[in-house]
Amino acid sequence: MMQARGELPHWVDVGLIPLINLAVALIVSGLVVLIIGENPLEAMWIMLQGAVGSLKGWGYLLYYATNFVFTGLAVAVAFHAGLFNIGGEGQAYMAGVGAAAVGLGLEFLPWPIVIPLAILASMAVGAFWAWIPGVLQAKRGSHIVITTIMFNFIAASLVGYLINYWFRPVGKMAVESREITGAYIMSFREVAREFFGVRIASSPLNFSVFLAIAAAFAVWYLLWRTKLGYEIRALGANPSAAVYAGIRPDRIIVIAMAISGALAGLMAVNEILGVQHRLVLGFVGGAGFVGIAVALMGRSHPVGIVLAALLFGLLYQGGSELSFAKPEINRDMVVVIQGLVILFMGALEYAFRPWVAALFFRAEEK
Amino acid sequence: MHGDGDGMTPAIELIGIDKRFGSVHANKDVTLEIAQGSIHGIIGENGAGKSTLMSILFGFYHADKGEIRVKGQPVRIKSSSDAIALGIGMVHQHFMLVEPFTVLENVVLGAEGGALIGPALDKARAELTRLAADYELDVDPDAIVGELPVGLQQRVEILKALFKGAETLILDEPTGVLTPDEADHLFRILGTLREQGKTVILITHKLREIMAITDRVSVMRRGEVVATRETKQTNVEELAELMVGRHVLLRVEKGPSQPGETVLDVRNLTWKDRKGVARVDNVSFSVRKGEIVGIAGVSGNGQSELLDVISGITRPTSGQVIFEGKDIGILGDPRHVRAEGLAHVPEDRQHRGLIGSFDASENVILGWHHEEALGKGFRLDRDKVVARARAEMEEFDVRPPDPFLKSSKFSGGNQQKLIIAREIKSNPDLLIVGQPTRGVDIGAIEYIHKRIIQLRDEGKAVLLVSVELDEIRSMSDRILVMFAGRIMGERGPGADERELGLLMAGVAKDAA
Repeated sequence: MMQARGELPHWVDVGLIPLINLAVALIVSGLVVLIIGENPLEAMWIMLQGAVGSLKGWGYLLYYATNFVFTGLAVAVAFHAGLFNIGGEGQAYMAGVGAAAVGLGLEFLPWPIVIPLAILASMAVGAFWAWIPGVLQAKRGSHIVITTIMFNFIAASLVGYLINYWFRPVGKMAVESREITGAYIMSFREVAREFFGVRIASSPLNFSVFLAIAAAFAVWYLLWRTKLGYEIRALGANPSAAVYAGIRPDRIIVIAMAISGALAGLMAVNEILGVQHRLVLGFVGGAGFVGIAVALMGRSHPVGIVLAALLFGLLYQGGSELSFAKPEINRDMVVVIQGLVILFMGALEYAFRPWVAALFFRAEEK
Repeated sequence: MHGDGDGMTPAIELIGIDKRFGSVHANKDVTLEIAQGSIHGIIGENGAGKSTLMSILFGFYHADKGEIRVKGQPVRIKSSSDAIALGIGMVHQHFMLVEPFTVLENVVLGAEGGALIGPALDKARAELTRLAADYELDVDPDAIVGELPVGLQQRVEILKALFKGAETLILDEPTGVLTPDEADHLFRILGTLREQGKTVILITHKLREIMAITDRVSVMRRGEVVATRETKQTNVEELAELMVGRHVLLRVEKGPSQPGETVLDVRNLTWKDRKGVARVDNVSFSVRKGEIVGIAGVSGNGQSELLDVISGITRPTSGQVIFEGKDIGILGDPRHVRAEGLAHVPEDRQHRGLIGSFDASENVILGWHHEEALGKGFRLDRDKVVARARAEMEEFDVRPPDPFLKSSKFSGGNQQKLIIAREIKSNPDLLIVGQPTRGVDIGAIEYIHKRIIQLRDEGKAVLLVSVELDEIRSMSDRILVMFAGRIMGERGPGADERELGLLMAGVAKDAA
């Protein structure tokens, strides 16, 4: 039986142990690559090159990371309140409807008005989609994990219906809305070309990346510098102490879920307003679920989430380069590698901790 | 194995036991000898290492150094099943029972002896009858354990250990949950066990129990055994001094109370749980300025529920809680109750009073975090929070005085001081206190008692709930006794312990 012994220094907890986990994940991934007959070192080099070896790679990496920051923050806020919001996927998907509705419906207005409105609409619809499970949890005790999963499916069907019957222009074959021509968020490439006359490599990176940084700061401020954040964390850390302190759990659950949903909704801003410029089927593409891994890995702290989102951005971008370069390693293999990273960094977060602790204290005694 | 009952070879020998948890040196070179057929007491403050030592003996922890001998033979105890096989049984402070199971099913747990449960149950039934006759350990074998009173649940724990062949029985703080009467019965059982040649190790922090029942006593302080005495040749004062390492006052020093006007008036208060059982049953009493009203009773007789209703955590089913002329029962919200001038030190500091993962400064504002003084509007000003924590920690001598240390890292006494500081510094008209010194070392107890009395002398009202009869008797200006949700009677501070014990057991009841 392993006993908890003393405290590990902070740097071991947040630095060394995640690095060990990452290393183990990469070693196991390497073994998988070896089994299918490829050179793991070469594969890793291709991944790294593909992600950070060029401006284009960086663009994609940051674009993916933007999505993951939003969904990761969404999971983290709910997690601080003791809630496991698995519904980021559905909340982001629904939020896309809000973004597209405002972006298309109000395009007669100038873009400096429409874009903020479209961002607010994304947040509002995402918040609404998380608010319902929040109310069900607070008032009826329906478990948030079950309801948010269910709401992912409802969102998937509902948005599909809306695109098909409401947003799709008559005669268009593809299941998507008409293009947002006025109020979209410009990509870095477009800004460089239009305003500076410079050609840079094509990538979907757009100005939403600054929104992600702002959101990370806002979440930190909310949780650690406001009374509401204090109440959210108190409820998550010790519900009976929170009740003793006069914090109403039902109220906090609903508020935390709404904030969580709004953050997930921002993912639609990056994707719909920043990249696709139209509402397309299945645009979330699993980013909501990656957010769970990102939040776990980032220890639900905004700084950790930004770092974890960058790592996953690297895996996504490097992974797709790898599947281009090596036909043997197809898209599914890349998903396997990502899954292994999630497994070791998230689910097996504490697997190596006892050994590290034992080594550490042995060294200390000498 | 040799000489089971020769009385010469000690039942248990611990030689040079050493155990560290990280930087904490929990047991320092502990050597202890437990004589066969004796009752050996181990006393010490919280964190003195008693529980660690017994956990090593019972196989929960492994000693870093040292040797254990059972009946003279060196042994290695790697798990609790090794300990049981060597004839060591343990009755934990928190019972390890499966509540929906019957007594019989609990007794055979871990000793089923095959794929079918039938034969083991038959054997256990016969064995239980024998044990009941030998040791005054009567329990209905077919009763559901969860429905038994705590005293009987404890008996089931003892039966479990004896059924598995325990020759040496370790009891960890066994009387915390018992009435004085039940405790006496337990001591009779322990006496019979000793007569039958069994060995008993009694861990406690209650000096009175040590004096009443043990043959020898070992005192632990800071991980070391500082003394072992024949019980007959020592006294309470000496033991207390050995435990703390300095001279301590066992009596609380306080002057007579000067009660003023009524602050809290509880009228016909009833609170029913979900099953409709009245846990607080038509309770009426009042608390005046400048007095401490103590509520005595065995834990689980409605005191916790009463505190919850008064502090606004739950709403009364019927009746009123009049605080300074206003019915606060209908508020049903601790935040508003606090705003009226009521402070609450909860019974369970780890689950209620503190948030273990928060640092001390964040715990110093728990419940009071809405105050504008801590930040305007929605903001929470970290500097102001830390400044308040520093001031309170210094005034109440919380050690270490570090506002950034997680509250779970403080010792029990310092955690309690943190809560007492928070609630007293809110300058309440009424302080309600539940179990203020449970699991707190003697030094901190002295201090906490002093601060509560100081609050009384400032003309504030105090309502004190405690299961420690000594604490109630030494602190209170008036004593109420609760049993099964009702107030059984009121007594003055000089009340006879025997008489209070009868009220606590629900035997006698005042006409009132």
